[in-house]
Amino acid sequence: MKKEEVPQDKSNLESANFKELCYAVDENGEYTTVNSSGWDPKTIALNKAIEDINERVEDAKQRVLNNQTSSIEYYMEFHKMDLQILASYVGLWKWRVKRHFNPKVFNKLSKKVLQKYADVFDVSIDQLKNIELHGN
Amino acid sequence: MEIKFTHHQSAHCENGVISNLMKHHGFHISEPMAFGIGSGLLFCHIPFLMVNHAPAFTYRALPGIIFKRFAKRVGIKIKREKFKNPQKAKSVLDENLKNNNPVGLQVGVYNLVYFPDEYRFHFNAHNLVVYGKENDTYLISDPVMEDVTTLTDKQLEKVRFAKGAFAPKGHIYYPVDFPKELDLEKAIIKGIKHTCKDMLAPIPVLGVKGIRYTAKLIRKWPKKKGVKKANHYLGQIVRMQEEIGTGGGGFRYIFAAFLQESSKILNKPELSNLSKEMTLIGDSWRDFAVDASRIYKNRSAKEDAYNNVATQLEAIADKEDLFFKKLKKAIK
Repeated sequence: MKKEEVPQDKSNLESANFKELCYAVDENGEYTTVNSSGWDPKTIALNKAIEDINERVEDAKQRVLNNQTSSIEYYMEFHKMDLQILASYVGLWKWRVKRHFNPKVFNKLSKKVLQKYADVFDVSIDQLKNIELHGN
Repeated sequence: MEIKFTHHQSAHCENGVISNLMKHHGFHISEPMAFGIGSGLLFCHIPFLMVNHAPAFTYRALPGIIFKRFAKRVGIKIKREKFKNPQKAKSVLDENLKNNNPVGLQVGVYNLVYFPDEYRFHFNAHNLVVYGKENDTYLISDPVMEDVTTLTDKQLEKVRFAKGAFAPKGHIYYPVDFPKELDLEKAIIKGIKHTCKDMLAPIPVLGVKGIRYTAKLIRKWPKKKGVKKANHYLGQIVRMQEEIGTGGGGFRYIFAAFLQESSKILNKPELSNLSKEMTLIGDSWRDFAVDASRIYKNRSAKEDAYNNVATQLEAIADKEDLFFKKLKKAIK
């Protein structure tokens, strides 16, 4: 890649006001570094990944409202986690967390366990129990 | 207190931390040099691991390993510590800062507040340097950022004790013992040899073979996984290739810069020619990313398009195969 070819596309880096560093070749064939504001193929891949996550969150939300799953799954998706990551954050076995996805099981959880989840998701217990309060 | 520390931006975090810490201690080591001596270049399809609900690929060596190899090869000693207790982790950090010693930390990205939201995934192998503390605020030199920044002690604790794969567990590291002169020549040769060995390894998921294996998977995805998943997986390959701060086949270009620098140190002009070749291979990786991005942008899953990018990947594998065989000979 030549110095002039270092991509300067619009990207999500703009919001944080920084540019990344790239290695490229100057006119004499010597390597040098150039700042890049972003590159479309990368931005598209990233946006696509975020879109997927938003879809997963929305889907989880619907299932919580239909009482097919507990709000834990919604918060997990919201925080871009999967079962493994969530389990290690709350310090429980994976199968236990999965069991807590069951609304019946979730409704019987002790305050102590609920608090663990609430801390990880950075919400109150009320918000944990009722996702419609989330973000207010 | 603030330690006098000069921040240099780098393309990748781990090389950047090595390079910045070495410069602080008076040794001029560029980022590509750190990357090359530490044998950072790689390709691997990591079997059985799913990241963000897609298979995991890496274009570089496992976190921490680059510094480990670098240290061993140039003869410096690093002190490393991990902690169970955040309080202990904090007091060791403070102690070092008090002794005027800037330290490297491994952190998770998800709670790194100065990163753009879109980049905050559960990725736990990011590296940064802490070079001071004012009241409850730590002074941070994050090598992928243009400028230095800060984190409060709560924020820092959160990222140091992120959970999940590669959990940092408060991992702190810093060089403690330096030789009088760094023997770069020997270290460079060791680094190159190791990279050749990795890239030409007779293991199906690793190096050149790994690239071919991935190409094969890509051909199967649209039929086996359906359009949506296939596109998601392809996006993951590009995202891993273009991880934050490595724009454009990034690691290949860093490696090319390393070969160019090495050709002067070792006085081997053939390395400079190989550097040019590696630059072209980096360009091919970029072309691959452009074409792959077209597929998932249009949400199409024509088998043609998938076969097309797979063929491109196979061509890259052939080029790298040839390249590393030549490099191996050149260094003998």
